[in-house]
Amino acid sequence: MANRTAGRGIAVKVEAFELRKAFGRTVALDGVSLSVASGEFVALLGPSGSGKTSLLRVLAGLEFVDSGRIEIGGRSMDGVPARERSLGFVFQNYALFRHMTVARNVAFGLEVQPRRRRPPPRDIRARVRSLLDLMGIGDLAGRYPEQISGGQRQRVALARALAIQPGLLLLDEPFGALDAKVRKNLRIWLRDLHDRMGLTTIFVTHDQAEAMEMADRVAVLRAGRIEQVDSPDRLYASPANAFVHEFLGEAIRLECSVTQGRAHFDALSLTDIKTTCPAGPAIALIRPYEIGLLPGPGPVQVLSVHANGPLRRVRLALAGQALEVLLPEDSWSPTVGQSCALDLSRASIYSLASADTPRSPQALSKTATR
Amino acid sequence: MRLRTSRSALPGFALTLGITLAWLSLIVVLPLALLVLRPWTLGVAGVWHSIAEPRVLAALRLSFGAAVLAAAVNVPFGLLVAWVMVRYRFPGRNLADSLIDMPLALPTAVAGIALTALFAPKGWIGMLLTPLGIKVAYTPLGILVALVFVGLPFVVRTLEPVLMDLPLEAEEVAATLGATRAQTLRRVVLPALMPALLAGFAAALARGIGEYGSVIFIAGNMPMISEIAPLLIVIRLEQLDYAGAAALALVMLLASFAILLLLNLLQWRMGRRAS
Repeated sequence: MANRTAGRGIAVKVEAFELRKAFGRTVALDGVSLSVASGEFVALLGPSGSGKTSLLRVLAGLEFVDSGRIEIGGRSMDGVPARERSLGFVFQNYALFRHMTVARNVAFGLEVQPRRRRPPPRDIRARVRSLLDLMGIGDLAGRYPEQISGGQRQRVALARALAIQPGLLLLDEPFGALDAKVRKNLRIWLRDLHDRMGLTTIFVTHDQAEAMEMADRVAVLRAGRIEQVDSPDRLYASPANAFVHEFLGEAIRLECSVTQGRAHFDALSLTDIKTTCPAGPAIALIRPYEIGLLPGPGPVQVLSVHANGPLRRVRLALAGQALEVLLPEDSWSPTVGQSCALDLSRASIYSLASADTPRSPQALSKTATR
Repeated sequence: MRLRTSRSALPGFALTLGITLAWLSLIVVLPLALLVLRPWTLGVAGVWHSIAEPRVLAALRLSFGAAVLAAAVNVPFGLLVAWVMVRYRFPGRNLADSLIDMPLALPTAVAGIALTALFAPKGWIGMLLTPLGIKVAYTPLGILVALVFVGLPFVVRTLEPVLMDLPLEAEEVAATLGATRAQTLRRVVLPALMPALLAGFAAALARGIGEYGSVIFIAGNMPMISEIAPLLIVIRLEQLDYAGAAALALVMLLASFAILLLLNLLQWRMGRRAS
């Protein structure tokens, strides 16, 4: 019985409305609204300084918003301090209590409960033991945090957070301090844990692969705003804007201008394509495997061709710029030195004049000039 | 010997160890050895007689008692000062920070005179306390005040680096786990600070036991009441009773050593648990 219910809470719904938060003159949250269904696993993804950690801390009650409203489990969190929100928070560096054993760390949340709610010591011990077993670290109960590895520490931090049976688990860069191999295993393990425990989980990451692999939905943040919240599939297939498009994976960036519903690549002498984008300066973003290569005279020159599993990696020169595209093995294969034309029909065109792009043109050009 | 057979990549071990031992012998061991040997010229009965005197016992009690009390006062207040200096940024913080070191930098006699002037019945503070029936200057209470003054920087400076290392996240995580501020302080912050608090207590205590300059001005130095043991040593030296002075010094040495050993053992036990 104790084993089955260890750390099991009741998943809660989380809603945030128009959150604003500034630290001095830096705006950390600039009108963030987010709704997370109970039992959902949501990733907050964004570059550093995008406000994702601030959002997590505000949800936890470790920081308070200047304006806006948070509801957890349908209850307003106005003036509710962190300790009364009964949620689990795992810090990037785990923040284990160094002077306590692993078992005491995990028991902490139970031992500080008011006497009338606190389980008897025997039950606390039993719950700690079953949680440690659940995490696969039952043999570490008597160790101190400094005597165990990074991956083990993270499990202890999770067990400690789950001991109070929270309905909501908040994780700040949960794999940030681990090496790549441990990270990969823990991703699968954590997602599995979430499903088994029936939790609502929100986690912060700057690693898009991590977010896409684990989350039901991903919220992409930039400069204190949420740019898009969607399932990984939809984010990838139809990014809301150029920032999301470029942040979620490699994209080739070509400058163009839009007139009368067509994007023109005059400087690059490429064929123009149809678009619904408003007239004015724009950019075309296209993933390396979305570009088609057409035989015949054209503006691009083939620099090299490499077989790369089921795909061929082709390096091209276009108006003094080098591009790398991925072609399916069974498509037409160019030879080195050949001149060809590009098929850009799958490119996405984003207006540079639209409201969202000029806000941070540096961020865009940075990712483009890789 | 192990030393010679296990070759290390770090050169100069034998030479540096040799110099270290020679230097320690010259500076620490030799004077202490003399101190240990000197009293016995009086014979065992003579040493016993020179220490068991009521005036000597009263002075020893006062010196150690006041030092323990002063260190105990300095621990909570020193923690408070260190906490404020580490956790908050406020105008005048740098000034306050340099003020903490004043008791260390000031010649102790100057401190003693200043404190006496302040706490004398006509002094700024003494003036306020006299009507309440509290006498500080020329009483054991004055000694306590002087020892608190000289001991404060030891506690503050020992705690500051440890407080700086104390991760804020530990307190935040305690809050998310449902702990109140008081529980967080008692279960998370204080245990983490305990070794440093002990070390600060030990340093303030050691300073207090041996303190002379700042105390003798404010103490009034009345035998049996406000006469500290170091002063008694000086008095014996002035009477050319070198063996008697050494006997008293030896008792102080042994008592101090025992106390510091105990504190170090405590600290060691705590340190071992944490790592």
